[in-house]
Amino acid sequence: MIEFVNFHLVPGLVLGSIYALGAIGVTLTFGILRFANFAHGETMTLGAYFTLALIALTGLHPLLLVPVAMALTALAVLGMDRLFFRPLRHGPTIILVIASFGLMLMVRSLVQIVWGAKLQTFSKGIDLPWVLLDTLRIFPKHVVIIGAALGLMAAVHLLLSRTRAGKAMRAMADSPDLARLTGIDTERVIRTTWIVGAGLAAAAGALLAYDTHLHTNMGFRVLLPIFAAALLGGIGRPYGAMAGGLVIGMAEELSTYPWIGTEPLVPPGYKAGVAFAIMVAILIWRPSGLFRGRVF
Amino acid sequence: MTGGYGGAEVIHEVSVRVDPAEIVVLIGPNGAGKSSVMNAVLGRLRVDGGHVRLTGRDMTGVPPEQIVRQGVSFVPQTGNVFPNLTVNENLEMGAYIRSDDFRPRIEEMYALFPPLAEKRRAPAGTLSGGQRQMVAIAKALMVEPVVLLLDEPTAGLSPRVRGDIFRVVREINTHGTPILMVEQNARQALGIADRGYVLVDGRNRLEGTGAGLLADPDVGAMFLGGGGGESRAEASDHGDDTRG
Repeated sequence: MIEFVNFHLVPGLVLGSIYALGAIGVTLTFGILRFANFAHGETMTLGAYFTLALIALTGLHPLLLVPVAMALTALAVLGMDRLFFRPLRHGPTIILVIASFGLMLMVRSLVQIVWGAKLQTFSKGIDLPWVLLDTLRIFPKHVVIIGAALGLMAAVHLLLSRTRAGKAMRAMADSPDLARLTGIDTERVIRTTWIVGAGLAAAAGALLAYDTHLHTNMGFRVLLPIFAAALLGGIGRPYGAMAGGLVIGMAEELSTYPWIGTEPLVPPGYKAGVAFAIMVAILIWRPSGLFRGRVF
Repeated sequence: MTGGYGGAEVIHEVSVRVDPAEIVVLIGPNGAGKSSVMNAVLGRLRVDGGHVRLTGRDMTGVPPEQIVRQGVSFVPQTGNVFPNLTVNENLEMGAYIRSDDFRPRIEEMYALFPPLAEKRRAPAGTLSGGQRQMVAIAKALMVEPVVLLLDEPTAGLSPRVRGDIFRVVREINTHGTPILMVEQNARQALGIADRGYVLVDGRNRLEGTGAGLLADPDVGAMFLGGGGGESRAEASDHGDDTRG
C-alpha cells in the first residue's frame, strides 16, 4: 500500500499535473485556432531551457524564474504565430498542422544548437524526501509541482469564467463567425490564446525538468500523452484537458503497479504505450471525449 | 445595389431603405436574394454597383467587423448564440465593443425578455428555440444599434413562440430602434411592418406599406394564400421561370 502511494500514486499525480498544463494549451489552440499544434511539445522544451538559462544568469531558485520563462516563451510563440501561422490562417487547416510540424523540428534543432543535446538538470545534489509515519515518503519538489499546477489551473479557470478576454476566448471557440459578427477582436483573442497556451506549456516544461531533467526531446516525448489528454477531455474543453491530463498521467504510473501477482502489470518500458492505448480507445469509442468536445 | 459572391451576381439593382424608427420586412421566394441583401449591408457580399449608406455615410466595401462597430447589429438565422456561454455571458459578449458600463443595459434586456432573467446562469445552448432567439436578439441590442438586422427570426419556431418574437420586435421598435427583417412568415411579418419589399430573382418586385402589401392580390397569391405559405411561394417561383 505504502509502495503504491510512494512510487505510483504521487508520481502519477505529478505527471498528471504536468500533462494537464500542457493539454490546456493544446485544447485551447485546437478550439480557437482550429488546428492540432505539433509544436506544443517544443514550447514546453523552450520553457524548460529558458528557465535553465535564467538560472545560469541569476543563480536564483528555478521556481522563482518559471514566471519569467513563461513570459519569454509566450513572446517567442507570439513571434512564431506572426511568422508562420498568421500568414496561413485563412488557408486549409492541414497547412497549419504541417507548418506546426515544421516549426516543431526547427525549434528542437535551435534548442540543440544553443544548449547542446546532452542531459542537463536545474540543480545538482539529491532531493531528500520528507518521511511521514516512517514509511510515507513525500518529495518536497512533488508537493511544489502539484501545488504550482493547481494554482495555474485555478488561474485558467478565473481567466475563462471571470474576464472579458477569457469569455471572448470561449465565445470564439464556440463560433468564430458569430464572434466576428459580434465585433469581438478575433486577432486579439488569438494572441491571448497563444500567450495562455505558451505560458502554461512553459510552466509544464519547467516543472517536468524540475522533477527529472532537461533534454531536447523532452517536449516531443510528452506530446503524445498531452494530445491523448486533450482528446480524452474533449477537444476545445479546457476543464476536460485538466481532467484528461490527470487521468493519463495517473494511468501511466498506475499501470506499472503489480495489480496482479508480483510483476508490474505493464513493464515500465512500455509505460508510454498506455497513453497511446487510451487515445486509440477514445478515438474508437468516444471521439467527442468525456466532456463532449468537438469532433472533426 | 448589384452584387454577388465569387463570379455570379445574385442581386441586381436592388434598392432597400430603412428610415429611422421603421420596421422594414423583406419577403420573397427562396433564392430571391433576401439574405444576400443583408450580407451586402454587412459587407459579406461583394457590391459591384450601388452603395450601402448608413445615416449618410458610405459603408460600401467596409469589412464586416467594422460594420458592427458602426452600429449595425445582425442576428443570423442559425448559430446566433454562443451555446457554451451562459445567457448573461452572451449579453456581455454582445457588449464587447462597448467600453462603458453596460450592466444597466443587461438589466433592460432582462426586463424586455423576462424568461431570460431566470435563465441568466444557464448555458445558452440548453435553452428552447424561442428563448435562444431572444438571447440572440438581446445580445444584438446590447450595443444600442443604429439599425438591427434580423434574418428569419421566427424560422423553425412554434406559432405561439413566433407571436412572442414578433411582439418583442414591435416593442424594440417602439423604443426607437429601426429594424430590417427577412421573413418567411410573411403575413405576420407584414402585420407588424411599416413597410415591406418583395424580392424575386434578386430584383425588387413590389414595395409598399405593410398593410398595403398584405392587401395586394399579387402578394396574397405568392405568399399568403391558405396555410401552406411556403409551398405556394415555391410554386410561384416556378411560375416566374416559365414567364421568363
